[in-house]
Order: sequence, then C-alpha cells, then structure tokens
Amino acid sequence: MASTEALSGRRPPTALPRLRVPAWALVLPPVAALGLVFLHPLALVLWQSVSPEGGGHGFSAYADVFAQAAFRDALRNTVLIAAGSTAGALVLGFALALVIAFVPFPGGRAVGRFVDVFLSFPSFLITLALLFVYGSAGMANGVWTGVTGAASGPFDFLHTPWGVLLAEITYFTPFVMRPLLGAFSRIETAQIEVAASLGAKAPRIVRQVILPEALPALAAGGSLVLVMCLNEFGIVLFTGAKGVTTLPVLVYGKAILDGDYTGACVVAVVNIVLSLALYGLYRMLTTRMDGVRRARA
Amino acid sequence: MTTGIRFDGVTVAYGGTTVLESFGLTVEPGEVMALLGPSGSGKTTALRAVAGFVRPTAGRVFIGDRDVTALPPHRRGIGMVVQQYALFPHMKAGANVAFGLKAHKVPRGEIAARVAEALEMTGMSAYAGRYPRELSGGQQQRVAIARALAIRPGVLLLDEPLSALDARLRSGMLTELARLHRELPDVSMLYVTHDQVEALTLADRIAVMDGGRLQDCGTPQDLYRRPGSAFTASFIGSANLLPVTVTDGGVRLGGTRLDVPAGGAAAGASATLCVRPHLVGLGAGPNALRGTVTEVQWRGATHRLGVDIAGHRVTAELRELRETPPLGTEVTVHFAAHDAVLLPAGADGGEARG
Ligand SMILES: Nc1ncnc2c1ncn2[C@@H]1O[C@H](COP(=O)(O)OP(=O)(O)OP(=O)(O)O)[C@@H](O)[C@H]1O
Ligand SMILES: [Mg+2]
Repeated sequence: MASTEALSGRRPPTALPRLRVPAWALVLPPVAALGLVFLHPLALVLWQSVSPEGGGHGFSAYADVFAQAAFRDALRNTVLIAAGSTAGALVLGFALALVIAFVPFPGGRAVGRFVDVFLSFPSFLITLALLFVYGSAGMANGVWTGVTGAASGPFDFLHTPWGVLLAEITYFTPFVMRPLLGAFSRIETAQIEVAASLGAKAPRIVRQVILPEALPALAAGGSLVLVMCLNEFGIVLFTGAKGVTTLPVLVYGKAILDGDYTGACVVAVVNIVLSLALYGLYRMLTTRMDGVRRARA
Repeated sequence: MTTGIRFDGVTVAYGGTTVLESFGLTVEPGEVMALLGPSGSGKTTALRAVAGFVRPTAGRVFIGDRDVTALPPHRRGIGMVVQQYALFPHMKAGANVAFGLKAHKVPRGEIAARVAEALEMTGMSAYAGRYPRELSGGQQQRVAIARALAIRPGVLLLDEPLSALDARLRSGMLTELARLHRELPDVSMLYVTHDQVEALTLADRIAVMDGGRLQDCGTPQDLYRRPGSAFTASFIGSANLLPVTVTDGGVRLGGTRLDVPAGGAAAGASATLCVRPHLVGLGAGPNALRGTVTEVQWRGATHRLGVDIAGHRVTAELRELRETPPLGTEVTVHFAAHDAVLLPAGADGGEARG
C-alpha cells in the first residue's frame, strides 16, 4: 500500500481521476447484505433458544436439552463420525490422489476429471448406491446368499455408525482429492527425479518431498470435510436414521416431528458452536504442525 | 566408487518417434564430457537414460562396468543437477544437502560433517540455514551441486546447470565448476549444454549431437581446428562453409583454384571447405578471393567484414581496421592453406554462423 503514492505519481495524465470514497462506505453494502440474509436469522435462532415456552428469557431450555440422553448420544455420534470421516477421507484421498497424479496409467486424466464431476453429486445418491451394494437386500448379500446358500448375508452395518462412516468417507474423499490434485500438479517433476537420483525410494519421496508440499491443500480439504461432516444431514437420514442420530438430525426431529422449536434452536446453536470450535481446533493443529515441520526442516 | 559412463547403441523412442538413435559414447573415469547440440537434439534424453528416467528401447547403459540399463534411478548412485535447481522448497539448504545422505542411510553422526564438507566445497557454508527462496539463483544452484556431491557419486550429470543464470554469474560458475572438477579428479561428469563457450571452457571432450545422433566427438581443440562435419564446424565456433569441387592437388570454388590439401578426397567430388572467420585476411595473399563488401560490423577489438564472392558469403573477422572499405567496393581476402579444412559435402554449405 505504501507504493500507491509512487504509482499514482507515475500514472499517465489520461488516467481517470480516482473517486475518493471512504473505505467504510465500500464495505457497508456487503456487510448489510450479509447481516440481512445470514446474521439476522442466526440471531433469531439464538434468541429463540433463550426464550423458553413458558415465557421470559433464560437458559432453562439448554438445561433441559443437555439433560436428555438422546442429546448426549447425538453429540457423541456427531463428533465421532465427523472426526472419523475426516480422518478416513484424508488418508484415502491422499492415497488416491497420489496414484492419480504420479502413477501413469491409461485413463488417469479421465479419473482426475471424474473427481470434479463427483463433487457435484448429491450426498444421498452415494448413500443410495451403498444401499444397493451393502443393504440387506443388496448385491453383496445377494452374492453371499447365492454362494453359501444361507438365508441372509452378513452385511448389515449400513444402519450403524459404521455405515454412516463408510458413506461419508465415500462421499467426502473427492473433496480432499480436488485440492490435493491441484497441489500435486504444481510439484516440479525435477524435484521428484532429483530425490530419486539421490537414492530415495518412493515412500521417502512421498513423505519428505510430496507430503510437505501438499500439507496446505490437505489442511484445506480436511477442514472443509470436517465442517461438512459435522453438518451432514442427508447421509445420516438415509443410512443411520434408525439407530444413529446426529445433531442436525436431532434438530430436524425436534423442530419438524416434535414441534419443539426452542429445543431445536438449542441443538442448532450447539451444532454451530461445535462446528466453529472443532474447525478452530483443527486449524490450530494444522498451523502448529506446519510450524513444527518448518522448524525441523 | 564406480565411475565412467558408457552408452552402447542406446535408442530411445517416445511413442513412435525416435529421439535418440544407436547412441554410442564413452565417458572415461574422471572425464568431463560435454553434450553439445541444438534444442531437441536429444541431449537431455541421453542424460536421462543414464539417470534411469527413460528406458532405452535398445542398447545398454553402463556406469563403470555395471550394466544399469534395468536399474531404477535410486540404485544408480548418480548425482544430478538440473537447470531449474529443483531444491526442496520446505527444507533449508543444509537439509537439502543432507537428503541424499539420509536416503543412503549414512550414520547420523557422519551426516553433519559431510553436509558441511559439501557446502564448503561449493562456497555455501554460510547459507546452510537458509531456505531456497532466501537464496539467489546462483546460490541455489551451488546448493544443488553440493546436494549432488554430498553422496560422493562416481558420476555427476548436469543438465544445462547455468542456463538460468545471467552472463556474469555464468562465467563465475564456470570457473567454480572447473575448480570442482580439479578437486574431484575421479568423478565423471556429463554436462549437457547448448552453449559452446561452456563446452569449450569446461569439457575434456565434447560430443556434438544433432537429430538424436552423435555427430562428432573429440577434444575442444580437435573439434575446433579439425571439425569432422559441416555441422560441427558451424556449431563450435563460427565458420565459413564454401561448396567446392575437389581437383588434382586442390579444390575449385566456382572458377577459382584454391591450394588446399585435399586429403583422400577423389578428384571431381563435391566437398565443403571450412575456414574460420578470424583466419581470413584482407588483401593479397595465398588463396586470394575477390568479392564485394556487403557488410561491415564494428565489434570493438575487431571488424567483421561480410564479402560476397561469386554468390557465396565469406565472413572475415579482422583486427580493428583504421579505415574500413566502403560497402559495395571490391576487396581481396585470403587464407593460409593449413587453416582450411576440407569436409564431406554438407547440406548447409555457404552458411556462416556466428
Ligand atoms: N516425455 C517426452 N515425450 C515425448 N517426446 C519427448 C519427451 N521428452 C522429449 N521429447 C522429444 O525428444 C526430443 C529430444 O528432447 P530432449 O529433451 O532430449 O532435447 P534437448 O537436446 O535436451 O533439447 P534442449 O536443448 O531444448 O533441452 C525432442 O524432440 C522432444 O520433443
Ligand atoms: Mg534439454
């Protein structure tokens, strides 16, 4: 910014005179729009959560909700499933992106482009597909009963937290792969070749040359997936609905099925706070890891 | 330490196109061999065949007496330096140099000393704690060289290591590389360049490549004074190449008889006469040729005269002239018989490069 003066001094005289608009005036419209469409409803939810049925204002609704076993279950499920899905998507996404980017195989580019298409699929589509494969009447069980002659197959995990985890990892892995593929394409081939000529085998090259370059992309993909998992609704509704409840599903249940709007708002507020807190924690961890890595190198 | 490189009829093809054809070349232990050639002539490809990044479709590559044709790159024990440095950006200079040592499982206690030694050798000791982005291009290339040397390779491959540097820095680095070569008398170096000055300065021998084939190979002096082909003559230094016909005891350029040793060439055969511009004199003398001045260039210490002789352009590089002949006037130029080289007829006769 310090160079603005020098630059404008050298500007040819034909340049238009600059309109002197104060910075805050430029910021005002977007902030107002943001407030109207985003912050205002959020405030309404907050306000509703501290306005219990009986009238007056206070945190009694929070105490009620926190005391419910269903809420504590949902909270635990939400955190565990989100953390597990994120970890799974990171590992799987990194491995798949590595193969697509660095192992030449016919159709590799097509696979890379398919990742982009996959991102546009609705999440319940994946769940539906998994139901066809692993559902109680799905292909996997069909093969099993066909081969063994048993009355029913062994695959019956889709309605458990494991089913939700599998569906979320399947659906969210491409969200990790997309930024990774971008990062990998920016790594100089010469670096990898020099590393190999210096005697490094593939695992060392991945660990010490590729991974450090991919960390920012990995962090970005991971944080995206974490937040999306915390708020995922469709997948949980399709797979786990019978046994597995998460916070978004609980909000839905309280608001639509029970008509308990205050309770729904309380859970929603908890969900938002949880999202922000976990996201903050994640960013703190990744920046610290980055710092340690830089210090060590 | 195995050292020395041998290409034995190496052919490399990408898809259907052959980019290296029956390439045969031996780099002796401790020798610096420059691979010189125009862009696309297959220099990098030859180097990558040694490093193990391209698989020859035919032929074998030896390092020392070890056949490495089927060996993966990490088992070849080669130092490699490339044009764009390729330092690992998230590692400091010291860690970059240590990378190969760790990969080779050198004992921890030994690593620090060998990193220091390699950095010392390239004059980069003071910069061990800097990230690549905090170093200039020349400094980065020194670190890259230190990184390649730290593993004490028998063979060092350099692919246009100085191309990304400016002219001043380049000549300084050339001197440094020559010193490194003296300090490491056992290391064979294969040095890819398209810059003849680098090749002439640094190399013990030069291999001239064109179109995926080895055109010529010899010491810089040999190739400069006695080039084996018109291509070599025009690529190493500049050359006047004149289409001539061999006669008994000489050659004929158009109607002019020239007294040039014809060697074994049969009378009546077409040939190309090569004379270096700085060996062409102005005025009467042996092998005099008359023509009109078409160009006069002042180059400080010299004048460069372009003379049209019966449709062929001859360039003379002369010590600075007091008075230059005006354009269009008739002049006589000459050259000594022993300064001329008779080459097999080249496709690009009559062209001078400079
Ligand atoms: N990976 C590749 N796939 C297909 N063709 C290639 C590949 N690498 C090189 N070539 C071709 O092989 C030929 C020789 O390339 P090479 O890189 O060896 O040339 P070079 O002599 O090093 O040129 P330069 O001086 O420009 O670096 C070129 O025609 C190039 O287009
Ligand atoms: Mg090249």
